[in-house]
Amino acid sequence: MSKHHVTTTINGEPAEYLCEAQQTMLDVLRDELGLTGSKEGCSSGDCGACTIICDGNIVCSCLMLGVEAEGRDITTIEGIARGDELHPVQQKFLEHAALQCGFCTPGLIVAAKALLDTTLNPTEEEARYWLAGNLCRCTGYDKILRAVMDAASVMRAEAGR
Amino acid sequence: MPRVNYAAPSSVDEAVKALAGASGLAKVLAGGTDLLVQLRSGRIKPDLIVDTKRIPGMIGIRDEGNFFVIGAATPGVMLSSHAGLEHAWPGIVEGADLIGSTQIQGRASLAGNLCNASPAADSVPAVIAARTIVVIAGANGRREAPAEAICTGPGRTSLATGEFIVEFKIPKPKAHQCDAYLRFIPRTEMDIAVVGCGTNVTLDANGVCTDARVVLGAVAPTTVIVEDAAKALIGHKLDDATLAALDKAAQAACKPITDKRGTIEYRTKVAGVLARRTAAIAFERAAAR
Ligand SMILES: Cc1cc2nc3c(=O)[nH]c(=O)nc-3n(C[C@H](O)[C@H](O)[C@H](O)COP(=O)(O)OP(=O)(O)OC[C@H]3O[C@@H](n4cnc5c(N)ncnc54)[C@H](O)[C@@H]3O)c2cc1C
Ligand code: FES
Ligand code: FES
Repeated sequence: MSKHHVTTTINGEPAEYLCEAQQTMLDVLRDELGLTGSKEGCSSGDCGACTIICDGNIVCSCLMLGVEAEGRDITTIEGIARGDELHPVQQKFLEHAALQCGFCTPGLIVAAKALLDTTLNPTEEEARYWLAGNLCRCTGYDKILRAVMDAASVMRAEAGR
Repeated sequence: MPRVNYAAPSSVDEAVKALAGASGLAKVLAGGTDLLVQLRSGRIKPDLIVDTKRIPGMIGIRDEGNFFVIGAATPGVMLSSHAGLEHAWPGIVEGADLIGSTQIQGRASLAGNLCNASPAADSVPAVIAARTIVVIAGANGRREAPAEAICTGPGRTSLATGEFIVEFKIPKPKAHQCDAYLRFIPRTEMDIAVVGCGTNVTLDANGVCTDARVVLGAVAPTTVIVEDAAKALIGHKLDDATLAALDKAAQAACKPITDKRGTIEYRTKVAGVLARRTAAIAFERAAAR
């Protein structure tokens, strides 16, 4: 079984890699491309630690094959910061101490960033439902929600709203 | 994961050829939210995965005369953001939207939910209740079948080797017709239905039901169309006597199992409750249009 040659865009940059059909996107990111920010918590779609953005939608990279990325536009946690500056979601996670062990954090930040790409005015309930596929065994979610809601207000101010 | 071959055909014909030419088991891939879990666990060991998402029309929603035509691999997120579909069939969109998390919604499709053939599949009851037709491609060309003809038992479908679903044709609602879907789970998100119920009703100008379909999930090896529940509704307004008859008919149709999510008795009782609640919502929506 020959390897597949994949041409895609990852974090705004053209990317090429060889992978086998059974390798997940998460395997490819971590093992072939050295992008180890995305985490493997469960490999069954339940925990969200592997969350990436694919063509504008968040998906579990553990439930996507690496070959499926051909021609897609992928964003991982490594592509969330704005150059040298942290994204407001990242900044607010730090300020609110919204992490302990940090294993869930990359997935939560990617998912929260995607939420704020769709709306700058989420209610807390909307944010909770949006993030229901991201499990955190440490924080109890409260600080995470506060960080996300605070990041939304920063981004509203940036947008002049 | 064990080794596998992968093909991403760009036409239905190519996909049919790839499926027919596979040396061993060939599996169709839509969003992969069931398939990849099963691959990883070793439950299935295909030789070939045929990714259908590069075939034009497999992703997207078209408005075609009397039907919404939904590409079989269209992810949930596209269903819930389609204003026309959501207005026409809020129950179908509710069912599809209940599947998994936001991440799962980015990939999970109606075809995958139907063909994975779980009796608890959340999008299936309302899709069947709307009398949806699925278009199937195979070596002998295309054929159509009602959605309820696909799933024949847990994990089993009526699709022949090499066949796959291309699209869902959902009839548009008539005057005073609407639907609703509810499922019961012990938490608010990320769980599998203990019972699900999709109800689709058509009323006359006086609020009397003229046509109905009530479909239960997770109470038998496949989704169940409860004919007696429809009979309990047709010819009536939604008064207490009608609701009681509906509840009784829904309970009588249950052949559930006892598992960690619920006992036989509990599932049966909840089926009656959900039939009443979905009927109340569907009647209200139908009367309002
Ligand atoms: C964390 C998590 C939570 C979930 N929660 C729910 C839930 O709440 N409710 C629920 O109902 N389900 C749930 N699921 C199951 C799953 O997400 C759904 O069944 C989903 O709709 C499957 O769609 P898919 O496109 O990902 O299918 P895939 O995984 O791509 O395919 C599923 C099956 O259908 C076959 N198939 C796919 N497309 C076709 C086609 N066009 N023609 C013929 N066969 C086809 C595949 O070969 C495979 O056997 C959950 C899954 C996960 C991982
Ligand atoms: S590792 Fe992908 S959802 Fe848990
Ligand atoms: S901080 Fe440890 S899992 Fe969330």
